Amino acid sequence: MNTSNRIFLYKRYERFWHWSQALLVISMLVTGFEVHGTYHLFGFEKAVNLHTIFAWTLLTLWAFTIFWQFTTGEWRQYIPTLKKVDAMVRYYTFGIFRDAPNPFHKTAEKKHNPLQRLAYLALLSMLSPVIWGSGLFYLFYSHWKSWGVDAYLSLEAVALVHTAGAFMMLVFFIAHVYLTTTGHTPLAHIKTMITGWEEAD
Amino acid sequence: MLLRFSSLLSAAAAYVLLAAAPAYATAAAKPEAMIAPQAQAVGKPVSASTADHSKFKELQKNFTSGPQVTEACLVCHTEAAKQVQHTKHWTWESTDPKTGQVRGKKNIINNYCTSPVSNEKDCMACHAGYGWKDDKFDFKVEKNVDCLICHDTTGTYRKLPGYAGHPVLKRVEFPHGSGRFVEPADLKKVAQSIGMPSRSNCGSCHFFGAGGNGAKHGDLDSSLQHPGKYLDVHMDEKGLNFTCVTCHATSSHQVSGSRYNVAAVVEGPAHIRGKKDESPASCQSCHSDKPHHDKMGMLNQHTDKLACQTCHIPQYARNEIGTEASWDWSLATTMGPDGKPMVRKDSAGRRAFDSKKGTWVWDSYVIPEYRWYNGVSTYKVIGDKIDPSKTVQINEVGGGPNDPDSRIWPLKVHRGKQPYDKVNNYLTVQHTAGEDHTALWHNYDWQKAIGAGMKAAKLPYSGEYGFVDTEMTWPITHMVAPKHDALSCAQCHSKNGRLQGIEGVYLPSRDNNKWLDMFGWTLVLLSLIGVLVHGSLRIYTSKKKG
Repeated sequence: MNTSNRIFLYKRYERFWHWSQALLVISMLVTGFEVHGTYHLFGFEKAVNLHTIFAWTLLTLWAFTIFWQFTTGEWRQYIPTLKKVDAMVRYYTFGIFRDAPNPFHKTAEKKHNPLQRLAYLALLSMLSPVIWGSGLFYLFYSHWKSWGVDAYLSLEAVALVHTAGAFMMLVFFIAHVYLTTTGHTPLAHIKTMITGWEEAD
Repeated sequence: MLLRFSSLLSAAAAYVLLAAAPAYATAAAKPEAMIAPQAQAVGKPVSASTADHSKFKELQKNFTSGPQVTEACLVCHTEAAKQVQHTKHWTWESTDPKTGQVRGKKNIINNYCTSPVSNEKDCMACHAGYGWKDDKFDFKVEKNVDCLICHDTTGTYRKLPGYAGHPVLKRVEFPHGSGRFVEPADLKKVAQSIGMPSRSNCGSCHFFGAGGNGAKHGDLDSSLQHPGKYLDVHMDEKGLNFTCVTCHATSSHQVSGSRYNVAAVVEGPAHIRGKKDESPASCQSCHSDKPHHDKMGMLNQHTDKLACQTCHIPQYARNEIGTEASWDWSLATTMGPDGKPMVRKDSAGRRAFDSKKGTWVWDSYVIPEYRWYNGVSTYKVIGDKIDPSKTVQINEVGGGPNDPDSRIWPLKVHRGKQPYDKVNNYLTVQHTAGEDHTALWHNYDWQKAIGAGMKAAKLPYSGEYGFVDTEMTWPITHMVAPKHDALSCAQCHSKNGRLQGIEGVYLPSRDNNKWLDMFGWTLVLLSLIGVLVHGSLRIYTSKKKG
C-alpha cells in the first residue's frame, strides 16, 4: 500500500469518543422511546434507569471531549463555512449519481466537508441544548420548586420538547449512517472511523 | 324468629373479642415493648404503668353499672370525661375546619346503615358513652362517658346493640336465637385491669363498622388483630407490632387522624420530638416527604403528586374477610319463597341478602379507585337536597390536579341504593332497629319505618319514597404493604395502568402528544424513504455505467 495516499484523520481519543457516543446515543434512543411508551423492551422502570445512566455517562464523555477539543485545537473543525456548500449540495443531489468527483478533499486540518460542518454545528448548538436542557429538567423534576421554576414549566411541555429532540436525533442518526456509505467504497468512511486512516482517492 | 339487629356484627364482634382474649398478654405488652424492647422478657410481661389499678381503693367495689365505674375513674382522672366529651368518639359530630360543614355520624347519612337517628339503642353499642337512646341524651353528664370500651384489657367488656351503649351485665343469648351466649363482664376486674387502648379496643368498633367484619372500611377488619407482615408492615405481630395508637397518637383524648379531616398532603422532614405535630397519624410524620433511598432519586419525585398510600397499599381488604362493595337497600323487605324473612350468604360465608337489609356484594384483594383528593370531603347531611336522576354522592372528595394541596389518593368507592323522599328530594332517615311496630327489621314496612325515622329526624316526609343510586368514598390508608409489594412503576406508567383515568398530570409512557408523535414518525419515515431512494439511485446509476 502506498503510504503517501493515506492520511491520518482521527486520533485514538476521537475514535473512542465517536464510537462510545454512538453506542450511547443508540441506547438512549432505544430506552428513551420505551419510556415514551412506544414499545416494551426492558420494562418501564429499567428503561428509565438505563436512560438515566446513559445520560450521565454521555455527559461525562462530553466533559472529557470538550476538554480534548480545546486542548488539541480540534474545535476549529466545527467552525462553519458557506464556501463550497452549494457545490456539496450539487454533488449529493446530482454529481454522486454521475460519478462526478467529490468537490471536497479531506485533510487532517479539514476533516469535515462544509455540509458536515453545518450539520454538526447545528447538532451541537441547536439540537443538543434542546435535548439536554429538556432532559435535565425532566431528570431534576423534584427540584423545580426549590429552583423557583415550577410556575413556568410543566412536565408535559418538557417531555414534549424532549421527545421532539429525540425525533430529530433519530432523523440525524438515519442520515448520518446513510452518508457513511458515500465514500469511495460503501464502507470506506466506517473503516476510517475505526482505524483513523483515510485512503485518499 | 325475629333476629336481633346486626346479628352479623355481633357474631363477628363476638369472634374478635373472644379471639382477642387469650392474646391479651401480648396486647397489653405492646406499649412498653415500644419503649423498651428488652423489657419483653419471657413469661408474663410487666406493665410499664406506674400505677397498679388493682391497688386503688376506689376500684375495690362491686360495680353494677358502667357509669359507676366512670365515677370511680373520675375521682383521680378529674378531667378525663371533659376531654372525651370534646372528641368525636363522644359527640359523633365534626365540623370541617375549611368548609364549616357540620358532619359526623350524628348528622350525615352514610351508605351503609344510613343514620343512627331513631336507631340509637342499637347504634350506640359503638358510642363511647352510656345511655344515648334518643335525642334527649345529655352530652354534659360526665359519668356517662364510657372509659372501659377503650381501656379494658381483659377482652371481657362487651357492648351489644339494643342497650344504648351499656355493657352486657347479664348473661344473654346473642345473636338472639343463635344458642350462643355472651357472658357479663366483671366490672370490678375490668376496672382494675385498664390499660392503653390495644388493637382489640379500637377494633371492637372500627373493624366491624356497617355491621360486619371489614364491611365498611376495607382497610380495617379483624385480620389486623394478628396481622402478618404481608397484611400490614407496621402492625406485623412478629415485627414492628404497632397498635392503632402508635400512629393515631392521642393528646387529651383527642385521637389524631380522621377521615373527616384527612391530612391529604404533609410536606417536610420527619417529625422529631418536641416539634408541634399537626398530623402525627400521617406516613410523613415518621417517614418525611422524601422517604426513598433509591440512587436515582426518582421515587421521591412522586411525592408532589401522589399520596404514599397510592403505591404502598396496592390492594385493600387483602384477605378472605373482604369488604362490602355495595349495599342495595331497595331489596329489603323482600321475603323468601315461604313468605318469611330470609338470609343468604355468599360462597365465602359473607352476608349476601337479608330481608331486613337488602343485598350486598363483597370483594377481597380490592384494587382501589384513584382520585385527586385534598382531604376535604363534603357530606350529604340529613335534609340535604339530592338530584335523584343522578348517582347521589354521599360524600364528594375535594381537590384536583391544579390544587397544590391535593394528591392522587387510593379510595374505596362503596356503591348503594337508598330510600329517598320523592317529593322533597332528600335521602330519608328510617327507623330500622328496634322491637316496635314501626321498626323496619321488625315489621318489614318501609312506609312506617321512614315515617318514624323522619319524625325522629324532625324532617317533613311526603309519604312517597323511592330508591336512588348512591356512592360513598373512603380514603384508603391502612394495610400498608411491605415495600416489595408496593406498586411497580409500570403499573401506572403504561397505557392501561392504574392511573388511566387520572387527569391533569403528564405520566410518561401513559401520555403522549399524538400530533408530535405523528409528525415525528412521519419525519423519520420520510428520512428512511429519502436515504433508500438516494441509495437505490446511486446503485442504479453506478450499475448503468459499470
